[in-house]
Amino acid sequence: MNLHAIRAIYLFEMARAWRTLFQTIVSPVLTTTLYFVVFGAAIGSRMTEIDGVAFGAFIIPGLIMLSILTQSVSNASFGIYFPKFTGTIYEILSAPISAVEIVISYVGAAATKSVILGLIILVTARVFVPYEIAHPAAMLAFLVLTAVSFSLFGFIIGIWADNFEKLQFIPMLVITPLTFLGGSFYSIDMLPEFWRTVSLFNPVVYLISGFRWSFFGSGDVSIGISLAMTLGFLALCLIVIWRIFETGYRLKA
Amino acid sequence: MPSDTLVQEPAARPPDAAAPPPGIISVQGLSKTYAGGFQALKNVDLEIRRGEIFALLGPNGAGKTTLISAICGLINPTTGRILADGHDVVRDFRAARKKIGLVPQEISIDMFETVWATVSFSRGVFGKPPDPAHIEKVLKDLSLWDKKDAKLLALSGGMKRRVMIAKALSHEPQILFLDEPTAGVDVELRRGMWDMVRGLRASGVTIILTTHYIEEAEEMADRVGVIDKGQIILVEEKTALMKKLGKKQLSLELVEPLARLPEALAGYDLGLENDGRRLVYAFDTQGERTGVTRLLRDLDALGLRFTDMDTKQSSLEEIFVSLVRKTP
Ligand SMILES: Nc1ncnc2c1ncn2[C@@H]1O[C@H](COP(=O)(O)OP(=O)(O)OP(=O)(O)O)[C@@H](O)[C@H]1O
Ligand SMILES: [Mg+2]
Repeated sequence: MNLHAIRAIYLFEMARAWRTLFQTIVSPVLTTTLYFVVFGAAIGSRMTEIDGVAFGAFIIPGLIMLSILTQSVSNASFGIYFPKFTGTIYEILSAPISAVEIVISYVGAAATKSVILGLIILVTARVFVPYEIAHPAAMLAFLVLTAVSFSLFGFIIGIWADNFEKLQFIPMLVITPLTFLGGSFYSIDMLPEFWRTVSLFNPVVYLISGFRWSFFGSGDVSIGISLAMTLGFLALCLIVIWRIFETGYRLKA
Repeated sequence: MPSDTLVQEPAARPPDAAAPPPGIISVQGLSKTYAGGFQALKNVDLEIRRGEIFALLGPNGAGKTTLISAICGLINPTTGRILADGHDVVRDFRAARKKIGLVPQEISIDMFETVWATVSFSRGVFGKPPDPAHIEKVLKDLSLWDKKDAKLLALSGGMKRRVMIAKALSHEPQILFLDEPTAGVDVELRRGMWDMVRGLRASGVTIILTTHYIEEAEEMADRVGVIDKGQIILVEEKTALMKKLGKKQLSLELVEPLARLPEALAGYDLGLENDGRRLVYAFDTQGERTGVTRLLRDLDALGLRFTDMDTKQSSLEEIFVSLVRKTP
């Protein structure tokens, strides 16, 4: 293992966030506040409870997942796209680093940022609604697992994209709708039969459901299925990345 | 996690394997066909000797950058094998790449970083523990020390190119590739850069540089290779090459055209051009005597007068052309 290289790239990527520390913290805090004002206070006052949980508290896991997913994908895709775009990737390609080490450093940094973001939202939410976390360890595990999986996914997009449009395309057209329709702000049990079945094809449903379980002890689907789906997605991303490095796809001519 | 298949740890060379090739870089049967189907390298064989400065010359699009990119791992070779200090650059990439520093032709750096941060980053990426003393030395050698805390976007083009060199030297490589290091660098700095390269060679570093300037090869190189259309057409000691290439031409525009060369001038390497209006004399600048003075005296004795005279050295393009013609 080239630990010095992993350290150098990881710290470099983290420094990029550090330089924009203000945005890094202020934007999620602001977004969370807005969501609570709109969904928690305005709509929530009419919603009262879902599955025995106050609506304000109910949306916290969904809100965190929404941010983690979008931020992981955009951070990781940008992290690897940028050196490709500026040409600085030459140094990474010519260095004694293996594919695994490249992935660990870039994806590790993107996932770290997402986890920190998730925790900031969690703390901000406490200001608006009281909540308790039923399974804190499981909550953290889901947070990390999701951040890593979607950072891997973002990494793939960053390698695939050969222009800025493509880089924005997937997060905007896929991640955001899937998250909104994945039960961030409602339980899929509240949907009509047909849409409930359709929802079960949305992988994000399982992430949010599992995450919500770690908060309130219950979710839309069983925790075992949630975990299996999350791990399945992680494995899928790993296989795709492995193929990318084996063929040099879009990294080497 | 399929990490075992991803990480290609160096495999030890079997003890009974054939003796390592003499060169520190050994390129064997290397071909590269790009995705579009263009063949940029055609069966290239090349040995770079340990400790030498090797200049790779060739016109635009000859394949210089492609060759360097294949050695340094930026592109996948289509066929062939490359060894760096005995290590296969694909199979045993860790050991091979640790020894190599690369300064690419294009300037590509993180504009928002400081000089110090970006050079330290390079050292880390190449697997070396931090060593501020070494980074300081590299920056001082490249006259970048006073800019160490400047952001890269605030540097001039020539300074940025030197930062690229500093990055390549940050991990103390034994082999250094310089792809047109002096493009866009002013004359004074170019001298400074040449001195630095010679200093590196003196400390045992092998240097491979590409250039379009024949003076640069003349000034620096121990050996010169010429590549054209993806093929190495010549590799020669510089001194031997300069003898061959050190020909000059003297052209004399005659007042009266000549039908043929006078008998009295049979001893000179002369030619008639432009319907006998121009007398062309080829001579060797490296020779003991060029014969120019004697020729002019003889012409005067014959009563041949001329309106103008001009000398010129074979240009790099002409050298390439003559080399391509000579090589079957
Ligand atoms: N990524 C690529 N895809 C397709 N063709 C390429 C690619 N890179 C280079 N080529 C082609 O390969 C040939 C050799 O290019 P290369 O960059 O190696 O030339 P060079 O000798 O370095 O030229 P120069 O002196 O201009 O730097 C050129 O015809 C170029 O168009
Ligand atoms: Mg080139």
